[in-house]
Amino acid sequence: MNETIYRSHVLVCTGTGCVSSGAKDLKTTLEKELTAKDMSGEVKIVETGCHGFCEKGPIMIIYPEGVFYCEVNEKDVKEIVDEHLLKGRTVERLLFKEPMTEEQIPSYQDIDFYKKQQRISLKNCGHIDPESIDEYIAVGGYEAAGKALTLMEPQEIIDELKESGLRGRGGGGFPTGLKWQFARNTESDKKYVICNADEGDPGAFMDRSLLEGDPHGIIEGMMIAAYAIGADEAYVYVRAEYPLAITRLEKAIQDAEEYGLLGENIFDSGFNFKLHIKEGAGAFVCGEETALMNSIEGKRGMPKPRPPYPSVSGLWGKPTNINNVETFANVPYIIKEGAEAFSSIGTESSAGTKVFALTGKINNTGLVEVPMGTTLREVIFEIGGGLDKNKKFKAVQTGGPSGGCLPEEYLNLPIDYDSLLDAGTMMGSGGMVVMDEDSCMVDVARFFLNFTQSESCGKCTPCREGTKRMLEILNRITEGEGREGDIELLEELGDHIKSTSLCGLGKSAPNPVLSTITHFRKEYEAHINHQNCPAGACQDLLSTYVIAAEDCIGCGKCAKVCPVDAISGEIKGVFAIDEDVCIACGACEPVCPVDAISQG
Amino acid sequence: MENKVKLQIDKQTIEVSEGSTILDAAKSVGIDVPVLCYHPDLSLHGACRVCVVEEEESGELLASCAAPVNAGMKINTRSIKARKARRRNVELLLANHPNDCLGCNRNGSCELQDITYDLGITKEDIERVSGAVREHEIDDVGPALRRDLNKCILCGRCVRICEEVQGVSALQFTQRGFNSVVTTAFDMPQRDVNCANCGQCASVCPVGAINEKSEIEKVWSALEDDDIHVIVQTAPSIQATLGEEFGMRAGSVVTGKMVAALRRLGFDKIFSTDFAADLTILEEGSEFLKKLEGEGTLPHITSCCPGWVKYAEHNYSDLLNHLSSAKSPMQMFSALGKTYYPQQSGVKAKDVYTVAIMPCTAKKFEKNREEINATRFKDTDAVLTTRELARMIKEMGINFSKLADEDFDELMGTSTGAGTIFGTTGGVAEAAVRTVKEKLTGEPLEQLNLGFRGVNFAEVEIGDRTVKIAIANGLGNAEKLLEACREGDCECDFIEVMACPHGCVGGGGQPRPATKEKKIKRGTGLSGIDDKSVVRKSHKNPQVIKLYKEFLGEPMSGESHHLLHTTYKSRPKN
Repeated sequence: MNETIYRSHVLVCTGTGCVSSGAKDLKTTLEKELTAKDMSGEVKIVETGCHGFCEKGPIMIIYPEGVFYCEVNEKDVKEIVDEHLLKGRTVERLLFKEPMTEEQIPSYQDIDFYKKQQRISLKNCGHIDPESIDEYIAVGGYEAAGKALTLMEPQEIIDELKESGLRGRGGGGFPTGLKWQFARNTESDKKYVICNADEGDPGAFMDRSLLEGDPHGIIEGMMIAAYAIGADEAYVYVRAEYPLAITRLEKAIQDAEEYGLLGENIFDSGFNFKLHIKEGAGAFVCGEETALMNSIEGKRGMPKPRPPYPSVSGLWGKPTNINNVETFANVPYIIKEGAEAFSSIGTESSAGTKVFALTGKINNTGLVEVPMGTTLREVIFEIGGGLDKNKKFKAVQTGGPSGGCLPEEYLNLPIDYDSLLDAGTMMGSGGMVVMDEDSCMVDVARFFLNFTQSESCGKCTPCREGTKRMLEILNRITEGEGREGDIELLEELGDHIKSTSLCGLGKSAPNPVLSTITHFRKEYEAHINHQNCPAGACQDLLSTYVIAAEDCIGCGKCAKVCPVDAISGEIKGVFAIDEDVCIACGACEPVCPVDAISQG
Repeated sequence: MENKVKLQIDKQTIEVSEGSTILDAAKSVGIDVPVLCYHPDLSLHGACRVCVVEEEESGELLASCAAPVNAGMKINTRSIKARKARRRNVELLLANHPNDCLGCNRNGSCELQDITYDLGITKEDIERVSGAVREHEIDDVGPALRRDLNKCILCGRCVRICEEVQGVSALQFTQRGFNSVVTTAFDMPQRDVNCANCGQCASVCPVGAINEKSEIEKVWSALEDDDIHVIVQTAPSIQATLGEEFGMRAGSVVTGKMVAALRRLGFDKIFSTDFAADLTILEEGSEFLKKLEGEGTLPHITSCCPGWVKYAEHNYSDLLNHLSSAKSPMQMFSALGKTYYPQQSGVKAKDVYTVAIMPCTAKKFEKNREEINATRFKDTDAVLTTRELARMIKEMGINFSKLADEDFDELMGTSTGAGTIFGTTGGVAEAAVRTVKEKLTGEPLEQLNLGFRGVNFAEVEIGDRTVKIAIANGLGNAEKLLEACREGDCECDFIEVMACPHGCVGGGGQPRPATKEKKIKRGTGLSGIDDKSVVRKSHKNPQVIKLYKEFLGEPMSGESHHLLHTTYKSRPKN
């Protein structure tokens, strides 16, 4: 074989995040520059999946040195080629700077954001070309499937899964091995495996990154599941809003079929496996497994009562095993490395790692994968680099739009399924939103409930009608129209909706409200009793501005900046603010040359 | 042997079949947990959450309609937690409901109203959780149905019956969350979609959201006008269903009381559609005979059900040439009502006003079909459902159950048992074969016994030929049967189709609530009339014989062809 040996590999992230910040143009420019310098035979450009640090994109890593450049744009290409690739000198200004220490870190592994992470499911993301099956195989891909199909009995695989302690990463946390066992135990001429890639939590993008960055890993996990339960057909249900993930998955399926890794008699084991992609239209509720199956069947995405569970009667009435993308991503590791290797990571009840979508008012946002049991503090302050602008931490919300908010005293809470539930929130699919002192907790609860309320499928009474009533109450509280008894009514409705809703959406939708009432009741009371928003976030509760007539010099600067034309007056006369129009944005205050404007 | 499961309900230990729901188990100990979205004839939906009960050990609230029993389970239906939760869900529904019960068509027969009363929910309870209310325009253009979505509680019964039982899917959930609504494609009037007008949606609606388009006032006005001569016909099934509106058991036969009540309402002549059903048999039977002899296309498919006809026009335009050209009994009657009746009675045709009491909402559509009128007038002036007739009787304060039996008027009031069983599934086929066999061979027919199954088959030896008969009731079943015919899996000579499950006794205009159990009782009531009839063959109906002798001549002759036969047209699939 005559393979070119390159002296440098330039990894350009072309995940959705980096593409939106210009990675495609960056790559094209780099190609041109390398051709111009006659270096294309020496330096290889590799498009990779997501590194999780999308905020700093486009991201470029140059090997063999492993230098990590961030926020690289086209203009930087010439310098990178001339300095780094030609002269071997690091372009320092493009290195990542630690937010707390201002220190510039050249190497990927040394950045706090990555240093504290342990990547199992994300291990290939950003490191291999997701569109190359050869690269996947080169890093040990499909070895687990080979082992499973040729050396293991289906029951052995399930036992291995059970022993590993892997629990569902989509949010429910149900033991994966047990779920597979149920599907295996149901006798049927036909069974299905479904990968739930209907990632709907706002801000969460681990599933997308996995599909974009390591599609073969998911296919391999699904294949092992299908063999274990006795299925020969599978669906990946992925949102149509994830075009790149779909393209890469399509390519991966095609390549795997060509290599005989999908299709008939795989590894000569007699096992057949066919994989389809089903594009969802983006309804949040389709992440609920029964709604998802309805959607695949061409029906409206509405949940059905369980039991029967999918393992007994699922897709088209056949036994079906549904797992989340991240769950499948862990399977090859478990089969290859053994249950013990996996269960030694994490806590006793929650083995392995979990990927979080860390976001909010912190310095480093992005995808992070940490061992279960890592504390909230470690994630937020060490990996996340602490709060933006050194503001004071107020709360962290975990579990997506229907998770709960935890205050400072929970920062040392080890993150696992059970401790989060005990604290009144949940793992969910791994959303983690950090809030600072400027966040109003009533408004935060309102924001999340507004999402779940409008994404309710409308089927069951408590979720359809009840969340709307809760939202109306929250709206009036944030508008200063709260009434005595509103907090109690919110609690009552919240408990009611949780205990009587049909599916997980309704059963968890009140969480943000209930948890903020538990931990931040005083904020609710301030809004209701004193029409005051302590965080200064609720527009309707902010006092409007006034101009002291005796100080006004009539320059009119304030009127010019007012976005709602609330200020009028004559030049050299006296200006005044119409308090009915003023939205208390504060734009006028700093422009007044004589400090005549203040909040009334 | 069926496996049994032991569990406790409200401290009572009981044993029920494995796979039963908690709702069934509770019923077996005499507890009817309140339900709204649940309907015994439809798939489990689990949406209203009004039937929640508490599982004692976990403290979890379970929707009893959907949750299966488990061995050792302890269920509490009366715990404060369960009671509160049930009430709260009803309150939430009411907070988004017009609550204008006094002006509502379902006042007194509304399941939501009953539950509200049973649970003791007050106005204050509802106000506590009140807020925005969904508002929808009323679909009032008819001609068969009226939808007032402001009253809809999104239980999905109409969606399920239309999809699962009828296979039509004219109604679906659209929008999300609080804005969810059950409506037609693109929110078009029900008139303009592929709806068969069968009214099954109305028959299962627990509230006043879907009803027939009322023609009561029109009929009162006609009755009031001395210049108008109002004649009424009552469809076969009405005599076995009307009693339910007055508290009688399903299947009670009230023919005589019904006639008496109609006289008290002021109708000038009370006739029977059963008479016209006998006439239909003679026309359609003759047509079928011709087809058997090689003139025309087999299988012969019945056309007396207007819901089925419209469904076929939408979905089986390739089979329309199989449909009998004979009009439905109602339209045959009306055509004669404005020709034969004036000739015989001396009343001027222009003064005759024909009212039909029907089990059916599709009949309201049928009477408006452009090609249906054979006379210079509108053949059928008004169609009232069983429910509408009951309302008129109630309005007049007629003490229905105390009425002494009276007889139909002469001329078009006599019928045979064969005409009567038109009102239940299999009846048309049976009636037709009775006449056809006897006419061809002179031998009487043994009972066909097509029973109450959704699809059924029978074979009859007529002379040296075996005639194969198939029936289907419910449009979903019709689809199965016709698809099998298309595929060549079902070789039939005669196919009877009724749009509604169990035939007209299960019609969309019949008393509510209606369940399979009740429909079977109604059908049994009708069969009972047939069993007791002295004359059980349509061709022996003396008034029909007189009609041919004095007016029509022969079946399918010039005059009867003009008055009693019609045509069909293809309609778009959606």
